[in-house]
Amino acid sequence: MSDNHEPLLVVDGLSKRYGAQLGCRNVGFSLWPGEVVGVVGESGSGKTTLLNCISARLTPDDGVVRYRTRLGTLSDIYQMSEPERRMLMRTDWAFVHQNPRDGLRMKVSAGANVGERLMAVGARHYGNIRGAADDWLSKVEIDTGRIDDLPATFSGGMQQRLQIARNLVTGPRLVFMDEPTGGLDVSVQARLLDLMRGLVGELGLAAVIVTHDLAVARLLSHRLMVMWRGEVVEQGLTDQVLDDPQHPYTQLLVSSVLQP
Amino acid sequence: MYVPVKGGERAIENAHKLLAEERRGNRDTPDLDVAQIDEQLALAVDRVMTEGSLYDRELAALAIKQARGDLIEAAFLLRAFRTTLARFGYSIPIDTGQMVVRRRISATYKDLPGGQVLGPTFDYTHRLIDFSLLEGADPENLEEGESDMGVTPHVLNILDREGLMEPANGSSGAQERGEDGEVHVGDLTREPLEFPADRDIRLQRLARGDEGFLLALGYSTQRGYGRNHPFAGELRLGEVRVGFVPEELGFEIEIAEITVTECEMVNQFKGSKNVSPQFTRGYGLTFGHCERKAMSMALVDRALRAKELDEEVEAPGQDEEFVLAHADNVEATGFVEHLKLPHYVDFQSELELVRRMRAEIEAAKVRNGDAEQIEAAE
Amino acid sequence: MAETSGYNFAYLDEQTKRMIRRALLKAIAVPGYQVPFASREMPMPYGWGTGGIQVTASIVGRDDVLKVIDQGADDTTNAVSIRKFFKRTAGIETTTQTHEATIIQTRHRIPEEDLRADQIMVFQVPIPEPLRFLEPRETETRKMHALEEYGLMHVKLYEDISQHGHIATTYAYPVAVKQRYVMDPSPIPKFDNPKINRSPALMLFGAGREKRIYAVPPFTDVHSLDFEDFPFEIQTWREACALCGATGSFLDEIVTDDAGGRMFVCSDTDFCEKRREAGHAGPALAAEGAV
Repeated sequence: MSDNHEPLLVVDGLSKRYGAQLGCRNVGFSLWPGEVVGVVGESGSGKTTLLNCISARLTPDDGVVRYRTRLGTLSDIYQMSEPERRMLMRTDWAFVHQNPRDGLRMKVSAGANVGERLMAVGARHYGNIRGAADDWLSKVEIDTGRIDDLPATFSGGMQQRLQIARNLVTGPRLVFMDEPTGGLDVSVQARLLDLMRGLVGELGLAAVIVTHDLAVARLLSHRLMVMWRGEVVEQGLTDQVLDDPQHPYTQLLVSSVLQP
Repeated sequence: MYVPVKGGERAIENAHKLLAEERRGNRDTPDLDVAQIDEQLALAVDRVMTEGSLYDRELAALAIKQARGDLIEAAFLLRAFRTTLARFGYSIPIDTGQMVVRRRISATYKDLPGGQVLGPTFDYTHRLIDFSLLEGADPENLEEGESDMGVTPHVLNILDREGLMEPANGSSGAQERGEDGEVHVGDLTREPLEFPADRDIRLQRLARGDEGFLLALGYSTQRGYGRNHPFAGELRLGEVRVGFVPEELGFEIEIAEITVTECEMVNQFKGSKNVSPQFTRGYGLTFGHCERKAMSMALVDRALRAKELDEEVEAPGQDEEFVLAHADNVEATGFVEHLKLPHYVDFQSELELVRRMRAEIEAAKVRNGDAEQIEAAE
Repeated sequence: MAETSGYNFAYLDEQTKRMIRRALLKAIAVPGYQVPFASREMPMPYGWGTGGIQVTASIVGRDDVLKVIDQGADDTTNAVSIRKFFKRTAGIETTTQTHEATIIQTRHRIPEEDLRADQIMVFQVPIPEPLRFLEPRETETRKMHALEEYGLMHVKLYEDISQHGHIATTYAYPVAVKQRYVMDPSPIPKFDNPKINRSPALMLFGAGREKRIYAVPPFTDVHSLDFEDFPFEIQTWREACALCGATGSFLDEIVTDDAGGRMFVCSDTDFCEKRREAGHAGPALAAEGAV
């Protein structure tokens, strides 16, 4: 059991350039178990670069990313061996892509998609694997009768929920999400957000959610980081940042959201 | 009553005899002279040498005769023969800049040092079948004139001098120097092909690759599947000398003069407002006179440099594994044609499974039918 | 036919044989792992056994006795061709009898007769990579083997069961070697898989076109992949061999007429012949005798 007083993820001085282009610069923050941090900003702000760097998908040019493994020690994820890192990505971590097709195997059934991670870590009982897949499909409110259907036959919202199920089946402690509601209808978004909020709370997940949608940020995150041109310009408790923005860019962001 | 069929050995022997018979054809027709194939079907010989990876005109012509005109079969014969040859070492890299040029064109400049020389080409012929060839009439005798072609520098050097062309070794594709200070070039005939492959191995694989396959891929890049805006910077055909340093002598001797076709494509420039842009290149080289192959090879070479040049890999022609794994026609034909070998044991296994699955579906239908009947009766 | 007297013993030059033997040693040291090797162009086409031929050519000695089978039979055309090749280029003794052979080169079957510790099986392999049809990229499959990431393999088995009710692979059935590497045992029917497990014979696998060699040393654990609740099963037939009456061998289906007439005969021709010589008779033979 991890100690809830110790941070789960510690990021320090993270920078990444793409040739002459700046991805992100000097980003640092800590994440505690069960905490959700939102990263907001417009496209090109560097938030996706940041997400990819802290989830081991993109090697940063500078800085350190440390994760507290189940053994309790804070380890530099880029100093780990590749097998260790890949194991982490399959068990302790989850990554929800904006486009569910990037996070699913489109040519295998929903059940196989959910069961894959279990099989990858040694599950060898078909009935049990199928049972677990069945459970998770219910949890994400997908009709379990569709367990043998291919994801291509699912709606966008269902594919996204399937992606979430596929990721959560091994009980990860940290979830990275990249615009999880992007591209979905507003009503579908609302349902998905409710589900996500429920699961995160129920499972005590820590999460880093990248989004350009302030409503999503407000609903899901405890803390917020605002990025602009590759740098974090403001951070703090979500409500504080959104209700009382200090930085001119944050003020611009907040004011440009259409009020009902 | 069934008797297990025996006699495979005799069947094979008879098949060989029949093949020899068909190869010879009608005995009233004169037997093909290997020299005729070499002289008058020269482009077939060139292709077989290129894909067979062996420069020997007579051998290639003989292989074509033995293969009854099937050029891939002939290339296979050459490759199998090549395996048995002792390896003395590697020649000095040929210097195509010193080529005695017989044909040389450039689409990027109207005129250039050394001039544009059409040479022997089908390019501007009208594709009208010449029935006079049926009678075997000889063409008119040509007068030999003085050649005013000096040494012809490579066209791409002109761009290079201005800094407009990326260096010949490519940007990040530059060969690394080993501990002995020498640039190490891989040898595809001595190491298994592995991915990702460096440019030297890629070029070797393309050079001996199937002309048709590369033609189609090159064509696809022009039609938008990974377009790289090619211009034919230079196409040259001619003779080059091959130098070799035997260990016993310690100095270079000339061991042969060979004909090669070389194509350099000038492609999409790389760079932006802030980074000095340069044109990029694609390279093709064949034995003998194989323009289509040299040009296609240059297009595909450039397409395969996508990753090296930070381009998105989105088309089949840019997909290194796809292109290189399937480029060799000797490998390809072997595997495609192996389907003719007996597969009845594997097929038996499939038959058994399919029958079982069908039986299960029928049984299920019957069970459901019974269930429905019982329900209906109730 | 061209003279073959100018060639080295068993056709390959000694350097090449040494290179292949080094690859074989590496393969034996890491059971089930695919070792890349610089496959040579042989006088037979790629896809027709060049991998197996190169392996045999590298290990054969003057005193070896070679058996070559294809689909279990010595007399199929390609087996004949390969046997002839070695007779000509190595001048060694060849046989159709399993118990007499020291090297058995095979395509798609393992003999029914138990193998001995002094025998070597050489398999001809078309596609060495068991994950190939799930993941076409070599760069990815190499990583999957290195990191023991075989989840995708089990996903395929799961899908089979969810779609067909059984695992739908009937030949080239993937196995786990020594609880580590997943290996393709070549397109032998799954019926033959149990014969590889803890066999006294050394098993060598050669893929010429794909340029890979792998091996299973004697007495090595080799298990066919399955699920606990859907265990691996071999094929069975209702019929016995029409000629020798065997009930435990792999049977070939022979179509006897246009009206759907069929009979089943042992695929392993040597095995069937031995049984008949020993007096066993199947229904077809017995019927003949009764006439």
